[in-house]
Amino acid sequence: MAKYIPETIQKGDLLPPDVQALVDEKAKKSSYTYNARSSPYSMLWTVVLSIISVIYVVPVLLVLVNSFKKKAYISRNPFNLPTSDTFVGLENYKNGIEKIGFFQAFGNSLLITIGSVIVIILCCSMAGWYITRVNSIFTKCFYYLCVFSMIVPFQMVMYTLSKTSDALHLGTPWGIIIVYLGFGAGLAVFMFCGFAKSIPLEIEEAAMIDGCNPIQTYFKVVMPILKPTAISVSILEAMWIWNDYLLPSLILDKTKYKTVPIAIQYLKGGYGSVDMGAMMAMLVLAIVPIIIFYAFSQKYIIDGVVAGAVKG
Amino acid sequence: MSKKELRPYFLLFALPTFIAFLIGFVVPFGLGIYLSFCKFTTVNDAVPVGFANYLAVFDKNIDNGEFIHALWYTTLFAIVSVITINFFGFCIAMLLTKGIRGTNVFRTVFFMPNLIGGIVLGYIWQLILNGILARFDLTLTFSEVYGFWGLIILMNWQQIGYMMIIYIAGIQNVPPELIEAAKIDGATGRQVLGHVILPMVMPSITICTFLTLTNSFKLFDQNLALTNGLPGSKSELLALNIYNTFYGRVGFEGVGQAKAVVFSLIVGALAIAQLAATHTKEVQQ
Repeated sequence: MAKYIPETIQKGDLLPPDVQALVDEKAKKSSYTYNARSSPYSMLWTVVLSIISVIYVVPVLLVLVNSFKKKAYISRNPFNLPTSDTFVGLENYKNGIEKIGFFQAFGNSLLITIGSVIVIILCCSMAGWYITRVNSIFTKCFYYLCVFSMIVPFQMVMYTLSKTSDALHLGTPWGIIIVYLGFGAGLAVFMFCGFAKSIPLEIEEAAMIDGCNPIQTYFKVVMPILKPTAISVSILEAMWIWNDYLLPSLILDKTKYKTVPIAIQYLKGGYGSVDMGAMMAMLVLAIVPIIIFYAFSQKYIIDGVVAGAVKG
Repeated sequence: MSKKELRPYFLLFALPTFIAFLIGFVVPFGLGIYLSFCKFTTVNDAVPVGFANYLAVFDKNIDNGEFIHALWYTTLFAIVSVITINFFGFCIAMLLTKGIRGTNVFRTVFFMPNLIGGIVLGYIWQLILNGILARFDLTLTFSEVYGFWGLIILMNWQQIGYMMIIYIAGIQNVPPELIEAAKIDGATGRQVLGHVILPMVMPSITICTFLTLTNSFKLFDQNLALTNGLPGSKSELLALNIYNTFYGRVGFEGVGQAKAVVFSLIVGALAIAQLAATHTKEVQQ
């Protein structure tokens, strides 16, 4: 008989011996690697991978270096380091921030991403649990529509979605959260349904016998169990929403609200020549917060990607 | 929680998501299909015209063969990028499961580009590739061939890390007993890879091919930032071509919507074919 092992078991938790054995076995399997540290090729591979890593980092460093050069020198010689002639200090940054209103755009992006992710997690986990537990024609249709919506490319609904949201006046950072909830619901509901199915009914029945109503059961029992899935979903949705260009560019009132990708594209806009200096500086400002965030939450991000891929 | 007790709570649990889903997907989708059979400039002045828009999509005199060109360009792009990304992603995943020194650092570095948005990535690579091509007095927008390989390089840089992560998870799930047994029976390293590891990570390969395939077909931001379809509209992928039909040409909204429906059918067909392929493989195992 397969025993249910909650994902939330921590190292050092006191467990019954048979469950502990299962957990140990699971840990042993997942930590397995082909042990080649002793092989003579090991050093060689480390060197090869180090070279590839450098190639991976160079593009970002190149943008950083160029952001300190005078704009006229950037496209001509992007691979030269700044000299005393070409160095301009932080002028490109000042210039770019003023031109596109970077901090406002950054604030909008932050508000839209965090707001949408919170709303998606809350609403879709509830909907996912409801769909799994209430088995009716309606919930089945809803579920299959969600799966279907994951396949449909954005261009299919691009024009009509922008008209619909115009009609409903959703062109503000708060309004766009509703659009993201609707368009992001497919993946989120699908993943939450997949996980909610594996929660044993007995746990919820026990909560009910102890006198919980469905709302209490959800918040006190179901939601904590759904936490690992919630983290995966929020990582995937946040990566998408933060970097999304097309949807906000069509839906937001661009004269008032910009997000970071829109602001950067705006720098390019029109047919005139691009201020490469400001462009480089803004690219750096767009990348740095992401790298800092990544450094702190790498483990969750990578686990989230794996979980999302396996279920999606 | 049983069905009877939960059902009255529909308003709280499912309705908010359902309404947003109607606004964000169901209504635009239905309206989109209807509008693909209409001539319109705004939603309110739509006049049904039957299949005229669909005929226009494939009519060389009306669309200048742009959609057909974009379709071939995208298909070729998808084939090349699926092969290269999965090949390099799998190779790096194999190396990173050998317990080499610095594995965690490498994994972190290779995954990093995935977090950077398509627009930003496009401009980073535009700088680099134009810098290299400038030595030969060329630019990315000189010919669609440069745009093509530029996009391939960009997508490889971005997505190898993502696929690597999925392959690593797949390779680590291969039971060590199987590999030991094969080695005891005298299998060489190459035989272990071909006859034990590859068949066992088939599910990961299916997932990664599916992801890279749909990503390549749906690619928009990178294309917009790197070349914006130049020269002419020769380096447009399907998504950008549809966008430009809507917002670049007046009076072509209906044709654009018809293109979008055709595009969805292509992506849908690919997804279904992929699911069917996965299914047969699962039966075999």
